[in-house]
Amino acid sequence: MKNRKTLFAGLCGVSLLLAACGTSGSDSAGSAPGAQGFTPPKLAALTQLGQAEGQLNVLAWPGYAENGSNDPKVNWVTPFEQQTGCKVNVKPFGTSDEAVTLMKTGQYDVVSASGDASLRLVASGDVEPVNTALVPNYNDVYPFLKNKSWNSVNNVAYGIPHGWGANVLTWRTDKVSPEPKSWSPMFEPTSPFKGKIIAYDSPIYIADAAVYLMAHQPDLGIKNPYALDDKQFAAAVDLLKKQRPQVEEYWSDYLKEAQSLKSADGTIGTAWQVTVNLAKSQGVPIAATVPSEGATGWSDTWMVAAKSQHKTCAYKWMDYVVSPKVNAQVAEYFGEAPANSKACAEFTDKSLCGTYHANDAAYAAKIQYWTTPIPQCLDGRTDIECKDYGAWTRAWTEIKG
Amino acid sequence: MTAVSTPSDRVSAYFHRKPRLRLGLLLGAPMLWLGLAYLVALGALFVTAFWSTDVFTGNVVTDWSLDNFVTLFSDSVYHTITLRTVGIALLVTVIDAVIAFPMAFAMAKLASPRAQRILVIAVMTPLWASYLVKAYAWRTLLSGNGVLNWLLSPFGGTGPGYGITATVITLCYLWLPYMILPIYAGLERLPDSLVDASGDLGARSPRTFRSVILPLAFPAIVAGSIFTFSLSLGDYIAVKIVGGTSQMLGNVVYDNIGAAGNLPFAATVGLVPVVIMLVYLAAVRRTGALNNL
Repeated sequence: MKNRKTLFAGLCGVSLLLAACGTSGSDSAGSAPGAQGFTPPKLAALTQLGQAEGQLNVLAWPGYAENGSNDPKVNWVTPFEQQTGCKVNVKPFGTSDEAVTLMKTGQYDVVSASGDASLRLVASGDVEPVNTALVPNYNDVYPFLKNKSWNSVNNVAYGIPHGWGANVLTWRTDKVSPEPKSWSPMFEPTSPFKGKIIAYDSPIYIADAAVYLMAHQPDLGIKNPYALDDKQFAAAVDLLKKQRPQVEEYWSDYLKEAQSLKSADGTIGTAWQVTVNLAKSQGVPIAATVPSEGATGWSDTWMVAAKSQHKTCAYKWMDYVVSPKVNAQVAEYFGEAPANSKACAEFTDKSLCGTYHANDAAYAAKIQYWTTPIPQCLDGRTDIECKDYGAWTRAWTEIKG
Repeated sequence: MTAVSTPSDRVSAYFHRKPRLRLGLLLGAPMLWLGLAYLVALGALFVTAFWSTDVFTGNVVTDWSLDNFVTLFSDSVYHTITLRTVGIALLVTVIDAVIAFPMAFAMAKLASPRAQRILVIAVMTPLWASYLVKAYAWRTLLSGNGVLNWLLSPFGGTGPGYGITATVITLCYLWLPYMILPIYAGLERLPDSLVDASGDLGARSPRTFRSVILPLAFPAIVAGSIFTFSLSLGDYIAVKIVGGTSQMLGNVVYDNIGAAGNLPFAATVGLVPVVIMLVYLAAVRRTGALNNL
């Protein structure tokens, strides 16, 4: 957990600096920053469960709340409805930005937020602290996932860890050989897969370029792909601009990506394990790996909306979805490491827990988890300002041209 | 008025004596609805364009500034996207007009009344199917192992793949009925006697077409072009499905709302098609096309 320590040290440095010179920093909230560079609105966690409200609106990554409509064999929503009487409405989203925007409508009770969304939700007061005592299964969650910078603020938990994994490199085994060990085929100007590359359609994809640059241009000095100064940011954006002519299309809908891989319009790209599993199940010859440079990834947290009218159902859902059996089902379907330490015993394919390094804290620390870029450099530099997410978003429009 | 009149009689009698009030109330409800749903929404869009968002929380900050407009005008990427979008919309309009005119002419002037009805239904049939289904059907057709490549491969050709060409093809397909129907309506109103008179005066078919039919049908073509042009201008779904890496104005709006949560900047970009359409409508107003809608 070296990363976390340096990050914390760095943020403490920022806080001290800001405290010393008043609030002249670029603190957007206009108040003294907490450990993550902001002070969350004062919201109280639920103190006790009441009667189930009969309704629950779930905002989830695709594959996290399956009710049998995508695949009749996969359904853990219906058993929940039967157990609790909470009728579940599921809305899937394609990118973290979409989730943040949808949460602002106030129509959803719980959300499965990745690290690049969670702090934005906390900072804007869209989600509230979680009383982990009301979630019995929280006790079995791996300790290395608890109270992280993306699911807690000042040691107050804002959600229940759900699962984590890497954004993998995937390719058609019949079109790509030898087996790629690096992200180079995605970024090299001489890539033999020109026009066949699929890339993720979100500003956060700039971090993937930064991960590549960390390994291939060490003189840039990138330590954290989410903490990029002007020069490092320009290099990453430039790399993606050079990649664009080689890209067949950008994906944010994993079903569309699976279809692209199936029809061989795209032969190599960045993907989630769930896309790979889906394409495989449809008979597409496809493989995936975490290349030598490492990868970006996600560590997801179920959070409760501050404005939720169905909080009891929301807590019941959070407890249910990280219970060993359901957590295993979701993790196995989505293709990620589960958060519950007892989940591995419930996998139908026991080898998968090894594949996803479920209880491997060292491996978990190697993934560059999605997080929101803010002006305070997350890698601990205090002498320089980093590019914030607004700049990332504008650059993304520019990259796509 | 007798003493036995019921209250409703009295109300109707009152309105009978005040025709202006009657008219005002009758028109008031729809006008209010139009005003609220349309003008207020446009006004809100305009106002929002001057605001900004907190980049971290994504909340709208209601401080007035011209920053969004400065970004829009100074950043070359938005010029490129605007030009691309207008170019695609114009191309779609021209292609649809070229395809639609002969079809509409055949429907209005050559087909029997019975065939006319059947043809109108046939033209409208694609409108019954969902937009998404049609767009995804084109995605399948244009894909690497799709029908188009399969048809072209014996001749050594390949399909356009995903990109601007694919977007133009898809949009042409989607909006074609909106071009055919106004032209058909315009041509149907054109009296046959004018065509006969032109022939009697010695004009051959091309001359009749050029001097009689085309000038009279022109407002109808322009009316159709308003549909195809404005629909293409605002589209973001077709280009997302078959456009590959290209993006149009609609995608920038969508990304700024759906992805970045930057409603103010999305509003600023959203004003671009509004302005383009206002200019376009002002330009075509003189042709009488607006009476053809």
